[in-house]
Amino acid sequence: MARVVVNVALKPEILDPQGRAVQGALGRLGLSGVSDVRQGKQFIIDLDGALEGERAEVMQKLAGELLSNPVIEDFTLTVEN
Amino acid sequence: MDARIGVVTFPGSLDDADAARAIRIAGATPVALWHGDADLHNVDAVVLPGGFSYGDYLRCGAIAKFAPVMSLIIEKAQVGLPVLGICNGFQILCESHLLPGALTRNDHQHFICRDQKLRIESTETLWTRDFSPGQEIVIPLKNGEGGYVASEATLDELFAENRVVATYLGGNPNGSYRDIAGISNKAGNVVGLMPHPEHAVEALTGPTTDGIPFFTSVLKSLVGAS
Amino acid sequence: MIDSVDIAQENPDASQPWAELGLKQDEYESIKQILGRRPTSSELAMYSVMWSEHCSYKSSKVHLRQFGEKAPKTDILLVGIGENAGVVDIGAGWAVTFKVESHNHPSYVEPYQGAATGVGGIVRDIISMGARPIAVMDPLRFGPADAPDTRRVLPGVVAGIGGYGNCLGLPNIGGELVFDESYAGNPLVNALCVGSMKHEDIHLASAKGVGNLVVLYGARTGGDGIGGVSVLASETFDADGPAKRPSVQVGDPFMEKLLIEATLEVLHAGLVEGIQDLGGAGISCATSELASNGEGGMHVYLDRVLLRDASLSPEEILMSESQERMCAVVTPEKIDDFMALCKKWDVEAVVIGEVTDTGRLVIEWHGEIIVDVPPRSVAHDGPVYERPFHRPSWQDALQADTPTAQRLARPSTPEELKQTLLDLISSPNLASKSWVTSQYDRYVMGNTILAQPEDAGMIRVDEESGLGVAISTDCNSRFAKLDPYAGAQLALVESYRNISVAGAKPLAVTNCLNFGSPEDPEVMWQFSQATTGLADGCRELGIPVTGGNVSFYNQTGDIAINPTPVVGVLGVIDDVDRRTPMAWEDDGDLIYILGDTFDEFAGSEWAHLRGHLGGLPPKVNFAQERLLSEIMVAASRDGMITAAHDVSDGGVGVAITEMALRANTGARFWIPDNIDPFVFLFAESTARAIAVIARTEELRFTEMCAARGLSATRFGVVDSGLGIDSGYPGEQVIVIDSLFTFTVGELREAHEATLPALFGG
Repeated sequence: MARVVVNVALKPEILDPQGRAVQGALGRLGLSGVSDVRQGKQFIIDLDGALEGERAEVMQKLAGELLSNPVIEDFTLTVEN
Repeated sequence: MDARIGVVTFPGSLDDADAARAIRIAGATPVALWHGDADLHNVDAVVLPGGFSYGDYLRCGAIAKFAPVMSLIIEKAQVGLPVLGICNGFQILCESHLLPGALTRNDHQHFICRDQKLRIESTETLWTRDFSPGQEIVIPLKNGEGGYVASEATLDELFAENRVVATYLGGNPNGSYRDIAGISNKAGNVVGLMPHPEHAVEALTGPTTDGIPFFTSVLKSLVGAS
Repeated sequence: MIDSVDIAQENPDASQPWAELGLKQDEYESIKQILGRRPTSSELAMYSVMWSEHCSYKSSKVHLRQFGEKAPKTDILLVGIGENAGVVDIGAGWAVTFKVESHNHPSYVEPYQGAATGVGGIVRDIISMGARPIAVMDPLRFGPADAPDTRRVLPGVVAGIGGYGNCLGLPNIGGELVFDESYAGNPLVNALCVGSMKHEDIHLASAKGVGNLVVLYGARTGGDGIGGVSVLASETFDADGPAKRPSVQVGDPFMEKLLIEATLEVLHAGLVEGIQDLGGAGISCATSELASNGEGGMHVYLDRVLLRDASLSPEEILMSESQERMCAVVTPEKIDDFMALCKKWDVEAVVIGEVTDTGRLVIEWHGEIIVDVPPRSVAHDGPVYERPFHRPSWQDALQADTPTAQRLARPSTPEELKQTLLDLISSPNLASKSWVTSQYDRYVMGNTILAQPEDAGMIRVDEESGLGVAISTDCNSRFAKLDPYAGAQLALVESYRNISVAGAKPLAVTNCLNFGSPEDPEVMWQFSQATTGLADGCRELGIPVTGGNVSFYNQTGDIAINPTPVVGVLGVIDDVDRRTPMAWEDDGDLIYILGDTFDEFAGSEWAHLRGHLGGLPPKVNFAQERLLSEIMVAASRDGMITAAHDVSDGGVGVAITEMALRANTGARFWIPDNIDPFVFLFAESTARAIAVIARTEELRFTEMCAARGLSATRFGVVDSGLGIDSGYPGEQVIVIDSLFTFTVGELREAHEATLPALFGG
């Protein structure tokens, strides 16, 4: 059993209006000194068996092509075996 | 013999019937194409209509690109099939990498529906030949994720190669870089447009009939085509 | 251990949380009498929800009867009150169904989802009649525009309506936006939907044919919207204890879009015997109503329901208000085709039961009978209350406080009149609503002929013939507070007039009656007066009520909202090409005021800006409204009229400003003889419209008005060249007699700045 967690966020150079809106809200609601907020997505994928070899390559590829749009998004992938 | 233009319906497509109406008004025959059917039924051109295909799940247009009909369209577009992607269709074309860049959330965070002034920048694409260069038109814009973004290098290239098809006039409605409202691929057969020409084809229901030339343009390129 | 019928019989004295579920002692006893034993916890849950005010209309039934009893004779009603929505014949084999509903309380709790699911619910009502939805509208009411709570609720509500409606592909063609102190803490979010179909497509919610299958299709069932039923979960013999269930429903418009397409396909393929949507009270409601309307019996296997959350108890499944679900009755021969069409659209479907002739609704859970009730007792024969009512003690004083010139100082100098117009058109109630309406798609489907800010929304139904329908919703709740009987009639005539001014002939009425607590005899008096007024008014105008909705308990503590009977009128136009828009165009076109203006300011926008509410609202004149309507429809049909606008909130001054802004062209006006300028410009008398007539049509039009007895006074002329002479070269200008002048530009600035300043750009 493996759990893969893929975090996706807009590339830093892309305007993130939702992150900006959340930043404003945090400030208004009493949290001072918020220098930046980015809003992203998290995919939690549970797999049978361990993630290794060719399957790991496929997972990495899909994270970069399906789960994120490489034109505007970056992703990180962590595995808990 | 009327030219046949396919209109794809994905689950969640909304402006497919309107695209079909526009095609009819332009003098061609609309052909309904089902997303799950890997068959283009001998159409001469394809329109990817507006809407919320697959509920905009994951990202707008991200899931649509995997539909059986899309693999065929991507293949044929690369060898010259004229394809017009409107709004969600533009998003699908970017996700499919037939066009560069991507569409993001409107910078002001609201869905916006308005009669939008545009300037037609390029009349060399198969979908814009019936306009004159620099022509100003008004057609409806309606979207929540219409902000066009691309790298500086890509943007420079688009302008240098005359591949920016239309720009926003009278204020940028969604944060699109360099006011870009539509672009084409290098060959000029694939065009992505954020605003909706299919809603400006009848004086009774649209702000103008400025949308018609998008559909009549492509007919000219089909005359004499095999 | 599940509380089954057997256990209920063995355990007759088990204590049950009927009070926590909202039932009264006598209602609980009544249930025991009907069943001959105590109810199981599932049955108790069903009765508690189905007998709630929202589902059973127990406080309103006795008053709503009037809509049927006083209904004018008409042959255009194909389906009347009692079904999901009324259906009206519009000619040429076409029919239209329409209804307005409320989703007030959820929108206060969770503005986005409350409003979104309100749209979802009304759309499902329309498709369950067999119609394709073709437009939506939203009457919205909030507390004061600058109140912090309004800023919390309004943007979410608007985003929710847009988010859901736009994704469904339904044009939003109108509605209302009203701010009033009375709605602070109790916003009103009403949602209207119109659908069109051919006569042969009409379907009803009945389960007929013993042996026919009952299919649940659409989204999976989860824990949405279960409020009080969580109490039951803790009262079962189960050791797991109470589960925390969200009480807000969450909508998925994409699923609803698939549901619309799948439903229309199965209907058109003739695969469905009966159909019902799942709204309030979910499966409880759908099964009991289908059974009650049909053969009278149904057997349901509740464990077959597809779940999003496997831990739901049967009580919770029965009460769940998960969205985007429908229930169909299908013959065994057609079930495979039905399932195949659902699969095509990726819509899950499962057979959960069959129609029987036992006269009982029996529900099983893994082999145990947990519900065995007569369906009529749940769905139709719920309690009927005759709530006490009496006229409020403050009503006389309120009605006596007329805003005469002595009581409330009136503007008289040209500067004061000019400022009054500016104050009115920039006030939140009259300012431009495009901050809201630009968040809605008005173009999708390509058949929108008129949308806000026009008087009515108009949709083309038949592209070949140009046949179309027009809809408007209206209510001035200040008028209704001054006099609920007249207030309901005033809402009716305004809607009726808006339809007529656009060139459509009014045909039918829907209503959404928003009131405070029915346990308050003063509120109940308001309700009885309003329903009587509306029923009497419909009879006068010859158009029937086809259905509607009641929302009670709109109050915080002791203070109820103003009585708010929202009335929607639907009309038909033979050829949408003939419609009358509100913008004038050509220089030299003449501007007429039709109808008579009286010194009537009680409840007016002007008085509201001065903080005054008192007196009797403007007089209703049905004969005049009918006459005006006939003339406007005839003039439209015969091409006599180039533009027109209803005169209502803010009077003539506001109406001509709205026309000028729409036209972006100037005009010169003069105050008619023998009337005070303030009264002429700002009084809110009824049965008036402004008509723009080309010189070539003037004689024909005025002769028609004279012959029919409608006063028509010329008081303006379109003129795009007034700028130079009035000191504003290059600008469009409105000249009001020798009193004052505005540029269209400054009017536009004042009109359009208000909402963005309040709610963000």
